Amino acid sequence: MHELSIAQSVVSTVQAAVGGRGVLAVTLRIGPLAGVVPDALTFGWDVVTAGTPLEGARLDVERVPVEIMCAGCGTTGERTASPPWRCDACDGVCAPLGDGRTLEVGSVEVEDDVAVGA
Amino acid sequence: MSIIELKTAVLAKNDHLAAALREDLAAVGAVAVNLLSSPGSGKTALLEIVLTRLTADGVPVAALTGDLATENDAKRLARSGAPVRQVVTDGLCHLEADLVRDHLAGWLPAGTQLLLVETVGNLVCPASYDLGESLRIVLASVTEGEDKPVKYPTAYRWADLVVLTKIDLAEPCGFDEQAFLDSVAAVNPGVPVVRTSARTGEGVDDLVARLLAVRPDTRRDDRPDDRPDDTDPARHIEPAATAGTGR
Repeated sequence: MHELSIAQSVVSTVQAAVGGRGVLAVTLRIGPLAGVVPDALTFGWDVVTAGTPLEGARLDVERVPVEIMCAGCGTTGERTASPPWRCDACDGVCAPLGDGRTLEVGSVEVEDDVAVGA
Repeated sequence: MSIIELKTAVLAKNDHLAAALREDLAAVGAVAVNLLSSPGSGKTALLEIVLTRLTADGVPVAALTGDLATENDAKRLARSGAPVRQVVTDGLCHLEADLVRDHLAGWLPAGTQLLLVETVGNLVCPASYDLGESLRIVLASVTEGEDKPVKYPTAYRWADLVVLTKIDLAEPCGFDEQAFLDSVAAVNPGVPVVRTSARTGEGVDDLVARLLAVRPDTRRDDRPDDRPDDTDPARHIEPAATAGTGR
């Protein structure tokens, strides 16, 4: 249960990038082997963002797939859920081919500090 | 409203500190080994034997041991005669690279070749944190069940070596070793598995030989084909792009 530490890292990463503007939404990209449970992140989000420019911001989770291959028949595929992964073709056990540990802040929606053309 | 594309790794700060620590250790002729396992896997017992053996053989070895509370493990390990330091995390469920660096500063004895870092007993959180190690070991005891690897895939996927402990209890526990090896292979095909017993000493020679063979660049997940995301130069750098697309 290190999701609170992760959420705090997300807040400091975003804060450093937005230059004091209000944050409306944060997209977090998570691979199936990142070792992070999205629900647990969402659970602590309100607490961690309180009193920061991220207060009230929406947390969107984008699940990044990892490529997998069946150890038995060699069929490849992609998965976004945690293992174990079963082969679509033969129900054999699949191993990851790629990294799967993606854990990054993808994009951030911020308020415009100056109204442009409005 | 504007969109800022950050593409910044959440653990980038830890990754950078860990990489710097690995280089700093290499510069003084040392390598670190990170030991992960669930609580009660026999990590400390095995570590005590390994430290005792290496110290007796004249290998300059030291150990850091992480726990949420108490200095009990450091006291146990100190019986080996090796320099040992406890890292008490005050409830934090894992070690991070800066904690390791801070505890090494001014303490790591000159000439140390091998630094064994026993992270907090937990197979979930520590798996996400590079501690500057050049070898990552995941330990599993035969009493824990055969499907631990598929239950904790992140920990096992990034192990460079799997150590099976308490092998002397395999029979009374009805441990199905082949099922365990299949479970390991499902998440980390090809990773070596060493069978050990702290009670009988089985496998200790093999483990010690593997520890002595560790070099700064031996981590298996440094293989370029395993890190496809690293071809994206934006992944590990600080946010630079602040130009948004207005809507």
